[in-house]
Amino acid sequence: MSEYNFAYLDEQTKRMIRRAILKGLAVPGYQVPFASREMPMPYGWGTGGVQVSAATLTPDDTFKVIDQGADDTTNAVSIRKFFENTAGVATTEETEKATVIQTRHRIPEAKLREDQIIVYQVPIPEPLRFLEPRETETRKMHSLEEYGLMHVKLYEDISQHGAISTAYAYPVKVSGRYVMDPSPIPKFDNPKLEMDAIQLFGAGREQRIYAVPPHTKVVSLDFEDYPFEATKADHPCDLCGAEDSYLDEVIMDDAGNRMFVCSDTDYCRSRREAGHVGRLAEENAA
Amino acid sequence: MAAQTQFSGGFENAPVQAAHAFRAAMTVMARPGEIRALTGIEPPAPLSLAAGTLLLTLCDPETKVHLAGDTDTDAGRKWLTFHTGAPIVSADQADFAVGTWRALGPLNAYRIGTPEYPDRSATLIVECDQLEQRAAVLSGPGIKDTARLSLPDVPALQSNATLFPLGCDFFFTSGDKIAALPRSTQIRTEG
Repeated sequence: MSEYNFAYLDEQTKRMIRRAILKGLAVPGYQVPFASREMPMPYGWGTGGVQVSAATLTPDDTFKVIDQGADDTTNAVSIRKFFENTAGVATTEETEKATVIQTRHRIPEAKLREDQIIVYQVPIPEPLRFLEPRETETRKMHSLEEYGLMHVKLYEDISQHGAISTAYAYPVKVSGRYVMDPSPIPKFDNPKLEMDAIQLFGAGREQRIYAVPPHTKVVSLDFEDYPFEATKADHPCDLCGAEDSYLDEVIMDDAGNRMFVCSDTDYCRSRREAGHVGRLAEENAA
Repeated sequence: MAAQTQFSGGFENAPVQAAHAFRAAMTVMARPGEIRALTGIEPPAPLSLAAGTLLLTLCDPETKVHLAGDTDTDAGRKWLTFHTGAPIVSADQADFAVGTWRALGPLNAYRIGTPEYPDRSATLIVECDQLEQRAAVLSGPGIKDTARLSLPDVPALQSNATLFPLGCDFFFTSGDKIAALPRSTQIRTEG
């Protein structure tokens, strides 16, 4: 599609985004303001992630997009098509073959490598926003490293529910300094935030970019007597039998039957191809 | 080869070449100590290939550039203005500064950001004679265990790191090679 500049955005916009990415990498976890552009998709559909991907992609890249772990949902399919058309990059559904992965709300189960980049779509980048609505105040709290309010919130979870009930967008402290929203990934994925790949976060509507360099210390906030727990449904995958992957619960009928399946579709598919069989796949085969 | 003019030496295919150049710059900033090749631009002397390529990848009318020492030539100013439109300013206003370590002068001349906006700090592009993975020991974000990089002035860079989350960020260039040192990196002289 030669009517567009490579990767859709004009060069000056890409330079502005690239400068923000570099400052984000230099101050891990700090939210760098950027002049987010209007994209040909609505806010909430990954406009921040798309802009970061557009500034990051080269024609040699292989691009993968997941939405809640799945490659075949509307959001993932449309973003993948967008970059096939405007950047001409190769695309894949296989985590291992991808060099740039854009994600909404999941980190792939397969361990990411040094040569890979993961781009997160972020709705609300400010972890303190629901506790303090004023940007002037949250900015001051970050500058003073005043994160007591976040611990009060986690404490209130415990006092009301007997455990930290925050299950997604679980706050983390990056490199011992900034408290960061890891985007609405399930807290099951939090331990994976310390990884070998470069992690970039883009929030289009809120106009923020932030980053976590490889091998950076990322600690999920908790208490000594209520330590952080990476939880998942206590069940193996009904299709591939995996016991170590994050699961989606699917309601099967009106009688209350349900199944649990891997949220990472590529992980589930590769396991089934390798011969692993889950409960329902076994019944179907019988 | 034709004589270098203010019009020559730019990207032939800016979207693609700048994308590759940015990926090299991002990789070294994300992994302090790593050295990558960076080419595509032929800047007027004394700018190195890597420094010239980085300037044209990141600078435009929105970024103020300081040309320090020998890099502040008439040819250099015209070339940078033609290709980027970046205003050329003194050290205290600069978003980007380029020159040898000696020419860039004391670090306290540059913006280090504010507590609420630590991103509003200068990025220094330091022209070096050599760039090698030896000498100073680096640790911190982006580094598995430790990395090594030849640095021009360890004490000054150590005191810059103590300003974290404020401080300047650095690219080191030599010929067609580039490395980087963000303010988040801890520096030791041996280890």
